[in-house]
Amino acid sequence: MGDRDSIYGFAAVGLEPVVAEDPETAADRLKELVARDYAVIYITEALADKLEKEIARYADRPLPAIILIPGVSGNTGKGLTSVKRSVERAIGSDIIFGEG
Amino acid sequence: MAQVQQNPTRMELTKLKKKLATARRGHKLLKDKRDELMRQFLILVRENRELRERVEAGIKACNSNFVLARASMSREALNIALMAPKQEVWLEGDTRNIMSVEVPKFSFRTRTQDANDIYPYGYAFTSADLDSAVKSIADILPDMLRLAECEKACQLMAAEIEKTRRRVNALEHVMIPQTEEGIRYITMKLDENERSSQVRLMKVKDMMLESAHHYKEKNGLE
Repeated sequence: MGDRDSIYGFAAVGLEPVVAEDPETAADRLKELVARDYAVIYITEALADKLEKEIARYADRPLPAIILIPGVSGNTGKGLTSVKRSVERAIGSDIIFGEG
Repeated sequence: MAQVQQNPTRMELTKLKKKLATARRGHKLLKDKRDELMRQFLILVRENRELRERVEAGIKACNSNFVLARASMSREALNIALMAPKQEVWLEGDTRNIMSVEVPKFSFRTRTQDANDIYPYGYAFTSADLDSAVKSIADILPDMLRLAECEKACQLMAAEIEKTRRRVNALEHVMIPQTEEGIRYITMKLDENERSSQVRLMKVKDMMLESAHHYKEKNGLE
């Protein structure tokens, strides 16, 4: 999921691109995708930024896995931040990323 | 420590002792679980980081390739070229159990087995940049799927670790001390009761002897 330019390439390899530019349609689309039992949903960082609440809802479920990917507009580092956050949640402090 | 009101009886004492034993055992088990989860989690999270860095770099490369492709082709041509994907990915979601955490495990199959057979268009009307863009995206696809699996597992395990840690702490700092306190209270109360009944018995014995033998009077006479 994401803005058109970021994702249409993924159609070539068999993923199904879902174009969503603004948060409202994106939220609806996300719900729809989850309802259709998609296992993995890749979502661009820019869009995920506006959809945090929706995404957090699925965080504790085994499926679907919602994974952030950088879009054309560049890497915001949000993906890594989310990994970092789960480390902090588990351990209490960040011991993996602090060193690097 | 806030004292919970307990009846100082032997029944209660036995019950509390049993509770304490269970709590200790549970505490130990949970602690082991937490440690093992933590170990697994750290391994996974390192892998996650590597994968993520690789995937992000890959996607960045793809995007720049696509930008090139877009530059050299018209939008319509590009859309047509990518309209009917040749490749299709089937994802099979399964779950794997790591220390009682259900994490997803994906296995994917692609429609065409040949890795070079990925271009959904003829080469006549498309630019070479598109080829390399599609190729680069196909190359990182396995990594992306692995990343999805790994990252989701990390999230789930983080939640589980948090939960386990809370439980361990609750047992360690609340349940166990409270139960110990209760046991101490009851033991003391019971001991106290026993002492007082013993004293009472001695007293009664003295009184009975006194009434039978009249020691005091005899002592008074001599």
